[in-house]
Amino acid sequence: MSFFEIKDLIFKAGDKKILDGLSITTGHSEIHALLGTNGTGKSTLAYLIMGCEGYKPVSGEIIFDGKVVNDLKIHERAHLGITMAWQEPVRFEGISVKDYITLKNKDANPSHYLEMAGLHPAFYLQRMVDKSLSGGERKRIELASILALNPKLAVLDEPDSGIDMLSTQDIINVINAFKKNGSAVLLITHREEIALIADKASQLCGGKIVCSGSPGKVAEYYKSRQCLVCRDEVCAYV
Amino acid sequence: MSEIDNLIKAVAEAGGDKGILANSDIAHLAVNEHKILSANKVEGIEVEAKETLTGIEAKVIVLEGMKIKNPVHLCFGVLHKRGTQEIKMDVRLEKNASASFIAHCIFPNAENVRHIMDAVVEIGEGAEMRYSETHYHGMHGGVEVIPKAVVKVGKNGRYFTDFNLTTGRVGRLEIDYSVTADENAVTELTARVFGHANDDIHIKEKVVLAGRNSRSIIKTRVAIEDDAQAEVIGITEGCAEGARGHVDCMEIIKDKAVAKAIPIVYVTNPLAKVTHEAAIGSVDKKQMETLMAHGLSPEEAVDVIVKGILR
Repeated sequence: MSFFEIKDLIFKAGDKKILDGLSITTGHSEIHALLGTNGTGKSTLAYLIMGCEGYKPVSGEIIFDGKVVNDLKIHERAHLGITMAWQEPVRFEGISVKDYITLKNKDANPSHYLEMAGLHPAFYLQRMVDKSLSGGERKRIELASILALNPKLAVLDEPDSGIDMLSTQDIINVINAFKKNGSAVLLITHREEIALIADKASQLCGGKIVCSGSPGKVAEYYKSRQCLVCRDEVCAYV
Repeated sequence: MSEIDNLIKAVAEAGGDKGILANSDIAHLAVNEHKILSANKVEGIEVEAKETLTGIEAKVIVLEGMKIKNPVHLCFGVLHKRGTQEIKMDVRLEKNASASFIAHCIFPNAENVRHIMDAVVEIGEGAEMRYSETHYHGMHGGVEVIPKAVVKVGKNGRYFTDFNLTTGRVGRLEIDYSVTADENAVTELTARVFGHANDDIHIKEKVVLAGRNSRSIIKTRVAIEDDAQAEVIGITEGCAEGARGHVDCMEIIKDKAVAKAIPIVYVTNPLAKVTHEAAIGSVDKKQMETLMAHGLSPEEAVDVIVKGILR
């Protein structure tokens, strides 16, 4: 059963239509991979789901646990159980990794979540979540902190980008850990091999879902570089 | 209760360790207004202190090659509502000596208090000094803090300072530090201040990189709210081959507060390099959104960000 649903979502940036009647559904503890190339509206969709400033749909509904959340602020959505890991997580001065992971969930064991993200707690717990971390390290710490929140829905915006090839499996392990903990995941990526770990997948192109189904099928479609929006010609967005 | 007991109590209430002044292994100097209440020396340090009409004069020498194990504690308090405290310090670290100083400046009841510090510091060749000054002010805002220091860091010397005024009202603050760094010397000046109401903050820190391969960083973090004002001037002069300096100022403003940052970079040697960055504005939107996505309210998110930059 879908507990998260987006219905006919339209979003414009100025006069430009970024999302054009997008609809998707995700069930409990389900990983839904959203594939798409650069500029197809994947991150925009993530910001709309989270309710970021400046991201208000022109029309359509974002429904979570039977409730339309379009007008809720970010923290109100977070209180319902929605959270997000940004593609490029921001840095914070003066906040240790340990404190960051336990910001909202004081009972969380930060070492446990760091280990799940493939990081050694002894090396990271006392470090600051600041510029001293590499992009990949910061990204894993963000995933660990999101995991510690035990969300009902985690929107992960390209968790694999900026991660070295040897560590890709660590990222896959974290994504699977969300599912194991009962969280649903909207997994935004442009790498089909990452999408293959999902329960279902959709391809976004030109602000619309152009293909949905099993990850294997959607990945094949994605690789073929064709989509309905582009009328079976080579996709303009690829 | 005696004056020293009152000062110890105030240190403890401000979060300090009240056992420090009783520990014979830790050097200290405790002053209330212009009265020296307690002093302790340890091996390797010479201290001469005398009372003046409005404060004290102290000469501190860390002898050559001596590494002082425990930090030297300096407690400067004005516990009354009104008063003036002028501290004249002459600090000298001889060749290859090292010592850390922790200054507690305590004005919990101040309605009209002036605390003036005038320090001359000389760090000898290969010596290292760390100086951390933390202020504990009450909520009246009636404090005027005017710390001035002229510092000379000798060849291969190291000098680190950390000024914190994040508890209570600032009142009026006027920092004026000037450091000259000799060959291979390292200087780090850090200041963190949180201003409220009509607090008035002026921070001027200058480093002259006079010696070859000398290095410095001036780091200032200021948060202001209500009608507070802040002006931060960070000056670095690169005058020698291989000198490297950086000025880093961040100010967060809320409400009607007004902030100004003036980084001044002056280079006279083509083989020196000095950089600067200054950021003033409200709390970063992406930081806010990230913390709110973790479930923090906007107020909690601002609190976490401000406390972070002032930590």
